[in-house]
Amino acid sequence: MKKIEAIVRPHSVDDIREALQEAGFRGMTLQEVKGFGRQKGHTEVYRGAEYQVDFLPKVKLEVVVPDGRVEEAVSIIIRCTKTGKVGDGKIFILPVEEAIRVRTEETGDEAL
Amino acid sequence: MKIDNNDLTWIMVSTALVMLMTPGLALFYGGMVRRKNVLGTIMQSFIALGVITLQWVLWGYSLSFGPDCGHIIGNLSWAGLAGVGLTPNPDYAATIPHQAFMIFQMMFAIITPALITGAVAERFKFKTYIVFLLLWSTFVYAPITHWVWGVGGWLRSLGTLDFAGGFVVHISSGLSALAAAIVIGNRKSHGHEHMPPHNLTMTLTGAALLWFGWFGFNAGSALTSGTLALTAFINTQCSAAAATLSWVFMEWYKRSKPTVLGAASGAIAGLAGITPAAGFVTPLAAIFIGLCLGVLCYWGVSLKNHFGFDDSLDVVGVHGVGSSFGAIAIGLFATTTVNAAGGNGLFYGSYSLLGIQLFSVGVTIVFSFVMTWLILKGLQKTMGLRIEPQEEEEGLDLSQHGENGYIF
Repeated sequence: MKKIEAIVRPHSVDDIREALQEAGFRGMTLQEVKGFGRQKGHTEVYRGAEYQVDFLPKVKLEVVVPDGRVEEAVSIIIRCTKTGKVGDGKIFILPVEEAIRVRTEETGDEAL
Repeated sequence: MKIDNNDLTWIMVSTALVMLMTPGLALFYGGMVRRKNVLGTIMQSFIALGVITLQWVLWGYSLSFGPDCGHIIGNLSWAGLAGVGLTPNPDYAATIPHQAFMIFQMMFAIITPALITGAVAERFKFKTYIVFLLLWSTFVYAPITHWVWGVGGWLRSLGTLDFAGGFVVHISSGLSALAAAIVIGNRKSHGHEHMPPHNLTMTLTGAALLWFGWFGFNAGSALTSGTLALTAFINTQCSAAAATLSWVFMEWYKRSKPTVLGAASGAIAGLAGITPAAGFVTPLAAIFIGLCLGVLCYWGVSLKNHFGFDDSLDVVGVHGVGSSFGAIAIGLFATTTVNAAGGNGLFYGSYSLLGIQLFSVGVTIVFSFVMTWLILKGLQKTMGLRIEPQEEEEGLDLSQHGENGYIF
């Protein structure tokens, strides 16, 4: 099993969820996060006082998938969120030792 | 003396309108602070409704409007509303019960110290603040009110014109705010951390309530329901509109974006600035005054950056600068064709009024600043003004009130 951590543009989250669900991936977790990469921030002005906003809002989503389906999931995420401009995000893939469904205590791929 | 029920109705409605300004101010300020301080900031305005109502009935009204003591202050013979009855007091308002005048004035006394809290936002200890409210209302608000509006008050006798509280409410709170920001010191994070407003929609809601309530504030100050009230009503709207536009265009030109906070700030500057002049000038003069106010107060809020004091929500720049200008503008634009009880300004052939207004602005500035400075220094030595550094980190809401503004 692998965990896919994808940091993506917030507006693409619904597309990703829908596409992953259609392809048979049955769960994901997401968080609203802030961060920076190559994309520059922006300036906000309040009563003449300027604030440089360096950390931009992104969504980090986590999906754990069977080893054989990693590429498929990754390509779905990229298809949904890629605009070709700076700020499209990043995807990290991590090994997962075990997964357990709490209700049934199933383990491994069965628990996903 | 006969009570005019039309006048009485309008004053009661106006009183309720002005009351709504204090919670409006709470939202206006509440949106501009960080989310951890939203309740504490709202509470500083809201609690004034409780504290000052009692102070006003028990002794504040008597000190402000009661029988004169040496042209400086009223005596205590009207304390607890003794002798303040249901028949008119022709010295103040000949067609409404004396008690109606008293409760209308009470709402002014409530919002004025609440205005100051914007300068010391996010760091004032609540316990000390309650005591400050009482001391400030007694030793700063009451004397200035007596000088400008009380029978026998020395500025009133001099001929100073203040239609709805430019001196009494806005210059006094604006300059007290300057003293307060300096004595209490800057916020810990001032200058090296981003502290943007946490909810500008709340600020806009507050600004809308303030604008709405200001019709009671200014048009109610006619103390009758007649044409003078209408004049003040129209001037209020004209100045607020003009200042909204001039502030927005000013920052559009200077900073390339017209901001919503700028529109709200311009509106408040226009309202605070026209307050002293609302019943003395023509609508065209009100528009001109409003246009100047937007530009002037836009500049006013940058003063703190030059001098390094942390007037967090710009009370000095908006209320102090704006209303000082409005009070001086009376000396230019006032005309007896609008209000026979007023006077003629420079553009209507009289020099003396401008001099009187300038002098009175100076006196109000110095007195407000010095008295507030002394009160706060005293409180600093005895009760302490600031919350602890770790409490400041934690926020007013949790440290002072044990609550969170947002549970989601």
